Amino acid sequence: MIEWMVQHIFDKYNYWISIVLMLIGFYAMIAKENLLKKLIGLSIFQTAIFLFYVSLSDVGTGWGLRFGTAPIVWEHGIHEGYMYVNPLPHVLMLTGIVVAAATLAVALALVVRLYEEYGTIEEEEIMEMEMDLERGT
Amino acid sequence: MLPIEQFPVLVVAISLLSAITILLAGGISKKSGFFISLATITFQFILSLFILRHVLTVGTIHYWLGGWRPPWGIEYVVDVLNAYVLIIVLFLSLLAAIYSKRSVEQEIEARKLPTFYTLFQLLVTGLAGVVVTGDMFNLYVFLEIASLAGYALIAAAGGRALRASYNYLILGALGICFYLLAIGFLYSVTGTLNMADLRVLLPALYANKAVQTAFVFAFIGLGIKCAIFPLHTWQPDAYTYAPSAISVIISTAMAKASIYALIRVIFSVFTVDFIILFAPIFKIICWMAAIAMIFGSILAIAQFDLKRMLAYSSIANVGYIMLGVGLSTSTTFGLTPALMHLLNHALMKGCLFMAACAFIYKAGLWDIRGFVGLGRKMPYTCFAFLLAALSMIGLPPSVGFVTKLYLILAALEAGEYIFVAVIFFSTLLMIVYFWHVVELMYIRVEEGGEKEIRVAEAPMSMVIPGLVLAVLCFIVGIIWLIGTPLPMMEAINSGFGLGVVVP
Amino acid sequence: MSAEKKYGRDVVIETIARLMIPFIQLYGLYVMMGTEGAGGGFQGGTIIAASFVLYVTAFGITSGRKKFPESWNAAFKCLGVYLYAGIGLLCIIFSLGVAEYLNYAAVPLSNIIGQADTRALMIADVVEIGIGMTVMAAFVSLFFDLAWKEESVKEEEGGAEE
Repeated sequence: MIEWMVQHIFDKYNYWISIVLMLIGFYAMIAKENLLKKLIGLSIFQTAIFLFYVSLSDVGTGWGLRFGTAPIVWEHGIHEGYMYVNPLPHVLMLTGIVVAAATLAVALALVVRLYEEYGTIEEEEIMEMEMDLERGT
Repeated sequence: MLPIEQFPVLVVAISLLSAITILLAGGISKKSGFFISLATITFQFILSLFILRHVLTVGTIHYWLGGWRPPWGIEYVVDVLNAYVLIIVLFLSLLAAIYSKRSVEQEIEARKLPTFYTLFQLLVTGLAGVVVTGDMFNLYVFLEIASLAGYALIAAAGGRALRASYNYLILGALGICFYLLAIGFLYSVTGTLNMADLRVLLPALYANKAVQTAFVFAFIGLGIKCAIFPLHTWQPDAYTYAPSAISVIISTAMAKASIYALIRVIFSVFTVDFIILFAPIFKIICWMAAIAMIFGSILAIAQFDLKRMLAYSSIANVGYIMLGVGLSTSTTFGLTPALMHLLNHALMKGCLFMAACAFIYKAGLWDIRGFVGLGRKMPYTCFAFLLAALSMIGLPPSVGFVTKLYLILAALEAGEYIFVAVIFFSTLLMIVYFWHVVELMYIRVEEGGEKEIRVAEAPMSMVIPGLVLAVLCFIVGIIWLIGTPLPMMEAINSGFGLGVVVP
Repeated sequence: MSAEKKYGRDVVIETIARLMIPFIQLYGLYVMMGTEGAGGGFQGGTIIAASFVLYVTAFGITSGRKKFPESWNAAFKCLGVYLYAGIGLLCIIFSLGVAEYLNYAAVPLSNIIGQADTRALMIADVVEIGIGMTVMAAFVSLFFDLAWKEESVKEEEGGAEE
């Protein structure tokens, strides 16, 4: 039992954290009525994915003892005796962060516009106002 | 390297450069944006024609960006499917750009025009990029460029478009995140992002749970972007409240590029073998498509807002395409009906949206109950609408008829007689809602005859693209029936290992 | 305008901002192109954009706008993308259609300083400056657009980043 837990939970704790964060973000996106809270959920979700990718590139033995180091080549060649983390997921996530920042920027601008238009950022109230508009016309 | 092999990257790079040129030129003249955008898209379209010719005569183009070899660098791959979809996307973008000239002047403030056209060009850049790329992660980036430009453009209409755009953004971002997660799973087991490379490496790993999870995530994620049936909830609002030209481009070019991405990921990365052995979802896709075809049509009947009606009709038509995808493994037609409808639906829906937006532009008419006598007031626009509606219903030489014919033949060959019934029933429902509009336009006369709305014909730049599409609906239908492009479809099918029935 | 009147100006914050902004910008430039390797354009651009945010917090948003007007912003945004995408196109043009897009070995400099050095120079410096400029301008304009309305409603645009 302990072995199983060590192997599947403690050894891979970063994946578990990433999944928990992902679900928190997902919950916030689906269940929250406030438009800004939804965006916070979206941000958490995206960050969890970045964590997942960065975890993929990690090398080393179990928790606490990590030997992976940055993959840099010096004048004298590589560091002997070290393991190198895979740089590609990090690079991918740089792009991912750019995209996430752009998405968040567009979304925030939309929320600002919605607030100007309706004077609130609660989804329920906005929907009610839209219904009123519909009935009015 | 032949210069033609440079064209896939030029389609994307020139579009990007033009997008920022529009932003700069906006400082000098607010109206220059339209002309730069139009010139660029025309140029891109001409390039895409050359690309198709090259692909058909010489073979697939493999382009290594920066000269880096594929597993490390980004590779652009253009085979017959890419070239075919590229032409659809750019042709409809071109018509939407022509159409935008007058409609945008009415809907968007003059000082925002440069920004509007910058985003428009970025949208085209993203769509062209989605179509030409051969790299999973690059596909994600381009999809996101196109989507972000799309969100901003939908919101440009203001008012209710804001919340429509917000909903689309939340769902679209969720879909994109799922797709990103799928790439992560695939990368964790194969260590590559290149589609061709993945196709080579994956067969040994089909039984791996990570690969199966990746397939589910990719399918759901891209499914949200294409609005396939249970994931369509963002779509009606977004299509309804967007500015006219944007309704046209997102309902045709963007929807088709997303469906292309889905088809590419299903058939090119995860192959048919994987799906038959480990993820037998074709049956589910068929049923989801069947429900979409009926559900979309029934909801379309219930709408009074013409644009919203067309949006629900789009859900039904995505159902047609997905039915073609679902039946692809069990018939000798393969993907042919689905790919046909990709073009056919783009032509028909583009024309219908152009007509619907022209009514709004000229008379502020979005409610079909106000259409009485419109056929005599705006004869050309209404004629285009009529032709496209007839084509949608499936009048013989039209594109709608060709799609239905091939789908029925495919369903019969697969022995799925229930879907034949579904196609007929959905056609019946289509007749109901299109007939309702056409009857109001042409046949019904207002009591007293004096109260008929007085509107003149829409401007030329809005009528001609619609008429071109309406006429193309029939010409392309005849071309399909003659069978000129069928060898192309055969090439695509054989590339995916389809077209032969697995016993 | 009204915000400045309400809160006034603070000597401590102003002095510290005056001291720190040059160093933040220098650090941003270092991140962008100080090291030999590729990468850092986005991060460097973000750091420089952060220095503008600090300027605005210290000196008020109107004087911040005066220092960095929207037209400059658009120009920087475009210039950055021109640098990045334009050099890619130049590679095709200089090699008369033989080399690929972004294949920096085809830039004519390689006759003088060698292929490897040309690639390194282009990737590590020129392209990074382009990316950094665009990112910096995009973030600054985002900050201004979200923080403050210039007279009337301003349409915002995102996705300008490559």
